[in-house]
Amino acid sequence: MSYLKPNFRHPQLPKNGLDLTRSSYEGLISTLCAGCGHDSISAAVIQACWELDLEPHRIAKVSGIGCSSKSPTYFLNKSHGFNSVHGRMPSVATGANVANHELTYIGVSGDGDSASIGMGQFAHVVRRNLNMLYLVENNGCYGLTKGQDSATADEGSKSRTGNENPFENIDLVGVALEIGATFVARSFSGDKEQLVPLMKAAISHRGFALIDVISPCVTFNNHHGSTKSYDYTREHVQTGSIIDFVPPREEITAQYDAGESMQLDLHDGSSLSLQKAQPNHDPTSRRSATEALLDSRENNQILTGLIYIDAQEPDFHEVMQLNDAPLNSLQQDQLCPGNEKLRSINNVFR
Amino acid sequence: MTPSTSQAKKKVAPIVAVNDFVVKFANVNGSGSASANALFAKSIFRMGVPTTPRNIFPSNIQGLPTWYEVRISEQGYTARRAGGVDIMVSVNPQSMADDVREVRPGGYFVYDNTRPLDIRLLRRDVNYLAIPLTEITNNNYSDARLRQLFKNVIYVGAMAAMLDIDMDILEQLIAEQFAGKKKLIEPNCNALRLGYDAAKNLHSCPIGLKVEKRDLIGNRILMSGNTACGLGAVYAGATVAAWYPITPSTSVAEAYEKYASSLRIDADTGRKNYVVIQAEDELAAMGMVIGASWNGARAFTATSGPGVSLMTEFLGLAYFAEVPAVLVNVQRAGPSTGMPTRTQQSDILSTVYASHGDTRHVVLIPSTPKECFDLTASAFDIAERLQTPVIVLTDLDIGMNDGLSEPLEWDDDRVYDRGKVLAADELDALDKFGRYLDVDGDAITARTLPGTHPEKGAFFTRGTSRDEYATYTEKGDAYERNMQRLLRKWHGASAYLPEPVVKGSGSAIGLIHFGTSAAAVYEAMDTLTENGMQTDSLQLLSVPFHDEVAEFIKQHETVFVVEQNRDAQMRTVLVNELEIDPAKLQSVLNYDGSPLAADTVCSQVQQALGNRQMVAGD
Ligand SMILES: Cc1ncc(C[n+]2csc(CCOP(=O)(O)OP(=O)(O)O)c2C)c(N)n1
Ligand code: SF4
Ligand SMILES: [Mg+2]
Repeated sequence: MSYLKPNFRHPQLPKNGLDLTRSSYEGLISTLCAGCGHDSISAAVIQACWELDLEPHRIAKVSGIGCSSKSPTYFLNKSHGFNSVHGRMPSVATGANVANHELTYIGVSGDGDSASIGMGQFAHVVRRNLNMLYLVENNGCYGLTKGQDSATADEGSKSRTGNENPFENIDLVGVALEIGATFVARSFSGDKEQLVPLMKAAISHRGFALIDVISPCVTFNNHHGSTKSYDYTREHVQTGSIIDFVPPREEITAQYDAGESMQLDLHDGSSLSLQKAQPNHDPTSRRSATEALLDSRENNQILTGLIYIDAQEPDFHEVMQLNDAPLNSLQQDQLCPGNEKLRSINNVFR
Repeated sequence: MTPSTSQAKKKVAPIVAVNDFVVKFANVNGSGSASANALFAKSIFRMGVPTTPRNIFPSNIQGLPTWYEVRISEQGYTARRAGGVDIMVSVNPQSMADDVREVRPGGYFVYDNTRPLDIRLLRRDVNYLAIPLTEITNNNYSDARLRQLFKNVIYVGAMAAMLDIDMDILEQLIAEQFAGKKKLIEPNCNALRLGYDAAKNLHSCPIGLKVEKRDLIGNRILMSGNTACGLGAVYAGATVAAWYPITPSTSVAEAYEKYASSLRIDADTGRKNYVVIQAEDELAAMGMVIGASWNGARAFTATSGPGVSLMTEFLGLAYFAEVPAVLVNVQRAGPSTGMPTRTQQSDILSTVYASHGDTRHVVLIPSTPKECFDLTASAFDIAERLQTPVIVLTDLDIGMNDGLSEPLEWDDDRVYDRGKVLAADELDALDKFGRYLDVDGDAITARTLPGTHPEKGAFFTRGTSRDEYATYTEKGDAYERNMQRLLRKWHGASAYLPEPVVKGSGSAIGLIHFGTSAAAVYEAMDTLTENGMQTDSLQLLSVPFHDEVAEFIKQHETVFVVEQNRDAQMRTVLVNELEIDPAKLQSVLNYDGSPLAADTVCSQVQQALGNRQMVAGD
């Protein structure tokens, strides 16, 4: 059992724009293994939501099944959560989102949850461009069922017992890019500096935002020979870009070398200022993003950072032409056509 | 074996009947016959005579034989009538041999004599009525598509002459059908007239079968159950429909979308106050329903047996986590793809006990389009009241065929029952919110919706065991307490469910039935009475059962459970839920994929009673 940082409550604790301290964004004590990458991701969610001044109760947490999918218990205690069934969180998120598009949706899934049993639903929620943050806490194995290889395990990666994974891996970043995701990022649970701004950008993005977070499983997949261990990940991370999230109404102050930086405006008025690590990787071009991903793979590196973004594509709510008033707020008088109308419908059937 | 040698050889007097016969059209799938056939049925309905049409179709898009059977019954019987048809309209050479065989002795066979009839198809006890359908069509139309379309209208015209159907009504119906494309009215009426004149010229019309105007329809309508279910969902305020196409349920979602798209557009913004999502599969469809319901929208899905199988994991979650969900299961013949375009009531067990673990689901079973509308609408109230999945169980027969029904009605004073959902001020008034705490003693606990209150009421919905405050626990006693409460909720559910309909009293024999068996059972009861056998009946409209059901079983010496499956599935549920001695319940079963006929009920009841009397006499 590990503990997220115990919060010493002090009057001088920093407060956000809603006058809330970080503790308002915390959850229950984690029951995951000490050192599990998932806990660091939970801490980053807390930080990102706090920094974004989100009202905790206006966030909804959804997850599938797995150690990763349990983690919504460990953050945002004032938000409703739905720990659904294995691999099916996307559908629950879709239903919840169409019922009330005004909440912020944070989905937490695992590599087993998304790349194996839930591959179908993952693909379809990407296609629908559902407005949500979709976190894959990727440890290359099934933590909760004791460490079997998952579909994101790299070919040749060794299990604890020394067996090499013989199968090609599924890279959800590549899949998402291919099928039209509008925000694709990768990060590492051990890199909070990168992860928190990415999460803030992802939450502010109107549409589907995938962050594939390498999140080592210390118990089953952190040994030598595993390509999802802390050591391996640190050694092979290649930072694609460094982003700075700029909330609405704030000025961009960061200065980067011209040609190496760009500014991206999001729908809610916020913007991203982006410092490129690879000058020829343009994250607004799907082709360029795909090439950057392929290059990094060829070089045996793990490309992280904001890989692709399209802030213009309409989200599911827009595509479906739903009304602004959330569906769950409509009252009977707005919903029920009444008996007179039914009488005229009857007439068509006579 | 040819019909001429195998079937009756002697001549039989032609059948003479007014407003009481069965017409069957033998068509080719995909040839556009559906609208012409519907026109035929509707014209008789408009003449005030009870009419029940049924499509009998293969799992095929184009080319295979398909039939349209219309029962015309002045007595108002709407079940399929067994024992052959009175008049067969043969428009499909492929199925001609079978079609001839299906005609009752003394019946009629209308055929296209553009080409000579195979003499092997001749029966001495059938009256052959030739119409040169192809010749008329080819002489009047040059375009191939027009030929095919108008051929259908021409045979309807011929039937109008033969059966004395009011041509004014037919022309009126055509005018209504093409109200939006006025220039099609004239050509269709011409085609109708071509067939009418040909029949008049060639045969003495009307033939022995005849439709006479009556006033027996009243204000009833002719509507499919799927349309009624879709409308029920609109009226109940469903805003989210998530579905995956499957026969015979597809038209439920389509009907919902059709009506929602005209009745649910926001007047100010022109945007939708509903959403229809074609999901990637049934798992996703059910997940979407659960997600939306969890978030306070009324949501539903429609599917058939294979889809229900895929939804079962989610149904278990919704049952245990107590999330409302509405599912319309339009049954077809299984298992697997079985006979996907044939009817059955064979998902009783897989629906009532869907999912792993100890689960039981509330099921509503309509028998008419009006009941489809009413029960679908009620399903949303019940699901939210009980916070559990509610399954509306229909079948292909009622779902996809137009059925005679009382008109749909909505009581404008009716108020949706949104169940126990705490608002922010109610949460403020609470000391501590317990999501699974039985405050009212009715086993139904209050829920909260995401986003309601900044400080109070948030909880974690999950399929994992938890205590009264939604805190995860695997303590055996907490788990048991919760499961016991769910069971109490199930036992209390019937208070919110439609009561069974009992007909008759005091007989020794009782017939329990449900769904589309009702029409056949009521007709069978009349026949049995004529034969000196008095019976009472009880129509189940819901599971779990009301006390009246056990009472009915107790009061009758012999009880038959009538159902359309092989394994007597409802009988199993009755035995299980009411702890009935299995010996008390006999079965009337029909599972060949065709709708239940009164004959089947009569003969199985008589046979069972005859056998027993013989045993008793030993
Ligand atoms: C239908 C179903 N099949 C199997 C399981 C068992 N199961 C629970 S978690 C899990 C794998 C989780 O792996 P992942 O999503 O990568 O999460 P992690 O534990 O690694 O964070 C499996 C197979 C289940 N809960 N449900
Ligand atoms: S088993 Fe692995 S994934 Fe699960 S909590 Fe432990 S370290 Fe994390
Ligand atoms: Mg994993």
